[in-house]
Amino acid sequence: MSAVSTQETAIVVDRLRVTRGGVVVLHDVSVDVPAGIVTGLLGPSGCGKSTLMRSIVGVQIVTSGGVTVLGRPAGSADLRPRIGYVKQSPSVYLDLTARENLRYFARLLDVPAAAVDRVLRDVGLDGATDRPVSALSGGQRSRVSLATALLGRPELLVLDEPTVGLDPVLRRDLWEMFHRLADDGCTLIVSSHVMDEAERCDHLVLMRDGRIVASESPGHLLSRTGADDIEDAFLRIVEHDGDRA
Amino acid sequence: MNPRSTAATAARVLTQLRRDPRTVVLVLAVPPVLIALFRWVLDGQPETFDRIGVPLVGIFPLISMFLVTSITMLRERTTGTLERLMTMPLRRADLLFGYGLAFGLVAAIQAGGTAGVAFCVLGLDVVGSPALVVCLAVANALLGMSLGLFVSAFASTEFQVAQFMPAVIMPQILLCGLIVPRDQMAGALQAVSDVLPMSYAVDALTHVATSATADRSLIVDIVVVLGVTVLALALGAATLRRRTP
Repeated sequence: MSAVSTQETAIVVDRLRVTRGGVVVLHDVSVDVPAGIVTGLLGPSGCGKSTLMRSIVGVQIVTSGGVTVLGRPAGSADLRPRIGYVKQSPSVYLDLTARENLRYFARLLDVPAAAVDRVLRDVGLDGATDRPVSALSGGQRSRVSLATALLGRPELLVLDEPTVGLDPVLRRDLWEMFHRLADDGCTLIVSSHVMDEAERCDHLVLMRDGRIVASESPGHLLSRTGADDIEDAFLRIVEHDGDRA
Repeated sequence: MNPRSTAATAARVLTQLRRDPRTVVLVLAVPPVLIALFRWVLDGQPETFDRIGVPLVGIFPLISMFLVTSITMLRERTTGTLERLMTMPLRRADLLFGYGLAFGLVAAIQAGGTAGVAFCVLGLDVVGSPALVVCLAVANALLGMSLGLFVSAFASTEFQVAQFMPAVIMPQILLCGLIVPRDQMAGALQAVSDVLPMSYAVDALTHVATSATADRSLIVDIVVVLGVTVLALALGAATLRRRTP
């Protein structure tokens, strides 16, 4: 499963099984996530992407198997300052302003107040910082949530669908920022159910029905499957597996 | 305990309260208005007002903080902010102490205002120290807060939380000795009232209302109120899970 052997590995997922309400959500999933690049976690909605990300961050109760993050078991206390996690739904205080939210989280992380301005600029929110988050648009809210994860300059960023509902210019800017962060040594894992975002990633993990169907670079995936784009590659893999079954 | 995280959390909770001026007005204005209403209803029985007036002053903060905390904590759980906090380097005790500090301050203002109106405007008699009544009211507020924190784990909607108020608080009001002295109740009811924390809170307040000296039973009452607060806080902390299904 591990397509990358020459590169350092940031996350090792080993036969991870997650069961929720009697239903198996992740079927003994194993995958390696390379360090220092942007890995895209792609698959249809409901395929287990968020559950895998929650397991990596260490907030998911797992049935069996394990996840090692930056050399430590997922969920270890000493990992908490090193990881930035953004849930799919913006998890910030709606009755506070963007700046108040960030100030609070900055104090918890013990980072200087100047970091607040930096991350607000990074996510392009410097114009809407003094209104309650409840008055912001959905896209702005999710950027407040994203900004929070950037405060502590984490070594690993786990971003669950951070670009949903954003306008194309902003989406491009955020992807540029993700790559800048990776260039500075940060490992990013970014989920999306939109296959066209795959081309912006250095490495791809494709998921379907709680299983990993591919883990390789976009170029390798396209040449291996002979597909024109990632969506087509995904279809070919899934149909090929279906033929075998 | 980390003073920085605790102070940051208390400041954040107070800012959130400030954003909701209607709640602040209700929390501060309703208790004195209700005490005044009691005074008026009991116009023909001043001795009854003197008997239950002081316990009422001390019980309002318990009820207010139970409601405010259970709903605030439910929101932390349902909006995902609690999960975010659990992925950050924040100890659960820091979060709880932060809440305690903020709500304790609000309770002190509420109890001070209510006591001021009751003693100065409505002519409520207290033999013991009025300051001790306010202190007991703050202790009760912390008890209400810890009970609210604990029950919020068993609710998934705000409707359910609102129903915990009659379910948890009303029986205690009926059995705490305010309506019928506890030693005049049927044996079974008395036994139940012996294990409900509000009974001890009311006993302590009644003692201060009628006596200027502290005795052993007053100390026991206060120790029980504080002990149950710590116990409910510990149980509540156990419900703040870093890992969830």
